[in-house]
Amino acid sequence: MELLKLFWLFFKIGLFTFGGGYAMIPLIQQELLSNEYLSHSQLIEFIGISEATPGPFAINIATFSGFHAIQGDVWFRILGSAVATLGVVLPSFIIILLIAMFSEKLLKTKQATYIFSAIQPMVVGFIMAAFLSVTLTSILGNYFTEISFDYKALIIFLVVLVIGLFIKKIPPIGLIFISMVLGLILYAI
Amino acid sequence: MKKYGEIFITFFKIGLFTFGGGYVMINIMSHTIVNKKGWLSEDEMFELLVISESTPGPFAINGATYIGYKHAKFWGSFFATLGVVLPSFIIILLISFFLQAFKDNIFIQNGLKGISAGVSVLILLALMKIGKKAPINVINVLLFLIALVVSFFNFFSIIYVLIGGAIFGLVYGLIRSRRDGTT
Repeated sequence: MELLKLFWLFFKIGLFTFGGGYAMIPLIQQELLSNEYLSHSQLIEFIGISEATPGPFAINIATFSGFHAIQGDVWFRILGSAVATLGVVLPSFIIILLIAMFSEKLLKTKQATYIFSAIQPMVVGFIMAAFLSVTLTSILGNYFTEISFDYKALIIFLVVLVIGLFIKKIPPIGLIFISMVLGLILYAI
Repeated sequence: MKKYGEIFITFFKIGLFTFGGGYVMINIMSHTIVNKKGWLSEDEMFELLVISESTPGPFAINGATYIGYKHAKFWGSFFATLGVVLPSFIIILLISFFLQAFKDNIFIQNGLKGISAGVSVLILLALMKIGKKAPINVINVLLFLIALVVSFFNFFSIIYVLIGGAIFGLVYGLIRSRRDGTT
């Protein structure tokens, strides 16, 4: 019963969050706190952890809250994680599957091309916004409330930027690895 | 069966190495799927981005499901999605067990701080690649700016911007085609 409720809650979160990632936080916060699955400080702490671990935020938060929301032995709590994660994944999976199945015909209609040509430049805008906010957050902290300048983060950003721009062949994982090494060196001194 | 294994492993790696969320994943996915594997063309990748922004859920899931289906139908999308989800699931589960040790380990923390400082470069590189695909004209620049400002300052949910954009695109396209048709 508890598992079903958990599944349904994350199914809703998966269904109603557009824009992915941090756009999810307000809804997740509301739902998790009102059900007392997580405390406020646990949530804030977890957002930090999620930023620092791979994978999409939605999956991370579902796995984490599933584990903490369910009372019982370890296996039951792991089941809670699995149920919450399944819940948050399913809506996208079903919707995209349907679109992929019918996209050949759907996307070729005149109406669809009109809509697409307007949304395309907007997508570029969303990505630009994401770039700005991720960069500014790592260098200036939470810049909307209180600025805390982290010059080490700025150095890392600039070094990786130069490498990324001039060595075209470098794979993404190479840039992530360089960032990690720079972090280990700079934040240790 | 071998095909599904390849899909699973490819997306498992994508899920494992994507720090910093969806927009970083765009870069990693297009590098792996378009450049290395050739499962999608660059235009199809842009198509996927538009679909993903216009539908709920994280880009990782949307992308995996879509690409998996295009490459190997239903089971392709099943194994791609499973692959992209599993790394996060396993890692977060481990962290849930060892939360305190994770927070106290200075090497982990410093390495991760470095990653979060450098990872936005990947978003910028994806942006430069994708930006070239949209033609530059007054209307596109306006739409770009509206999307940028609303989503950066979080004025309201981007879903309203998307709906507005879709309606505008439809009406504008119909008016233009009618005008071109009659003259």
